[in-house]
Amino acid sequence: MHEFFQRDRTQHPPAFTPDYKTSILRSPHLALVSVESSLSEVTGPVFGPDDLGPLDHDMILNYAKTGEPIGERTIVHGRVLDENGRGIPHTLVEVWQANAGGRYRHKNDTYLAPIDPNFGGCGRMITDVEGRYIFRTVKPGAYPFRNHVNSWRPAHIHFSLFGTGFAQRLITQMYFEGDPLIPRDSILNTIADPAARKRLVATLDFNQAVPLDSLAYRFDIVLRGSRQTVFENKLQGA
Amino acid sequence: MDYLSETPSQTAGPYVHIGLIPHQAGLEAFDKPLGQAMVGPDTPGERIRIEGRVLDGLGQPCRDVLVELWQASAAGRYDEPGFRGWGRTGTDFETGLWFFDTVKPGSVPGRQGRGMAPHVTFWLVSRGINIGLATRMYFEDDPLNGQDPVLNIIEPAVRRPTLVARREERDGASVYVFDIRLQGEQETVFFDI
Repeated sequence: MHEFFQRDRTQHPPAFTPDYKTSILRSPHLALVSVESSLSEVTGPVFGPDDLGPLDHDMILNYAKTGEPIGERTIVHGRVLDENGRGIPHTLVEVWQANAGGRYRHKNDTYLAPIDPNFGGCGRMITDVEGRYIFRTVKPGAYPFRNHVNSWRPAHIHFSLFGTGFAQRLITQMYFEGDPLIPRDSILNTIADPAARKRLVATLDFNQAVPLDSLAYRFDIVLRGSRQTVFENKLQGA
Repeated sequence: MDYLSETPSQTAGPYVHIGLIPHQAGLEAFDKPLGQAMVGPDTPGERIRIEGRVLDGLGQPCRDVLVELWQASAAGRYDEPGFRGWGRTGTDFETGLWFFDTVKPGSVPGRQGRGMAPHVTFWLVSRGINIGLATRMYFEDDPLNGQDPVLNIIEPAVRRPTLVARREERDGASVYVFDIRLQGEQETVFFDI
């Protein structure tokens, strides 16, 4: 059995971040209650290839109706690791994003940029034995949102990760190297530490670009590490 | 020591449905939606519904929250073949209500062999939530609650009832009602797990 390292919350945004206004009424004010891991935290759901469809990792094709979606053809790849530096094999990675014009295919998105009839904007995959993932999409557009009068989100892709235990569950966002909107983003700036913010910015990976086809970006994701509990404080009865 | 640092969290945003429960966003993207049906006709255990709302600091229902549930099987196992133990849904865009149809979990061994009372783990993300919120729900009519090693360390003790679901009977079926309060009076206990 193993238990996870304590989460270093200085690397994450706090719950209450008034510059991101929606957090004001949705942030708990009382302290989190710290508990040692039990089986309920170190276990988590297991997914396999049977859970997915053959095009789930290909957002260029998985919603194509009359042709392919408009936008910069983009490959995103990387590894899902733990804090011990080990790749996490066979774990589910889910992604979602706006289309190239910055519009989500969602009934609550009323931005004036058009829906792309050939783009859904969601994908999912399972990491290989070394924790690698790869998917194909079109680069999402920036879009405005109601926070300040002139608030814009930099281009980003949302990521959802599971790991091996429910305590590793994580949702984050990936940004694109060189985007001038990044320093102005009130969501990325909920994270206080500039080095931590930088870890959410994917780097252009020219070696993985496909000539005459797609650019590529690399984004590694780190989930909580774990230690063995061999000698004492057993998670279960002996 | 040469450890990596965990990737920072970011809000799931208002369009989390697109990625994780696309049918609720009106998007038929995947043939196999994940986390919708937790039980089948052959799943052993007592059928229950768990439902509730997620309330903000003004007591208003949040209508765009993703709710995930993680639980043991009726036999108290997290690795029971045929029962994944995991579900996810969204709060309703109109009413703010969420629900899961599942089986009541059994007791799971806790640390040093102390049995834990039957419980489910919840994890919430949404617009305005910067890092996923983890909590637990217990069943009000369960006799093991008094010995549970997690519920009974919460201080002040007056906060413990925020984790206990109320049982109702509807058409002969057990419904456990569990409202989650993000802040304000009766703020739900959230855990650093």
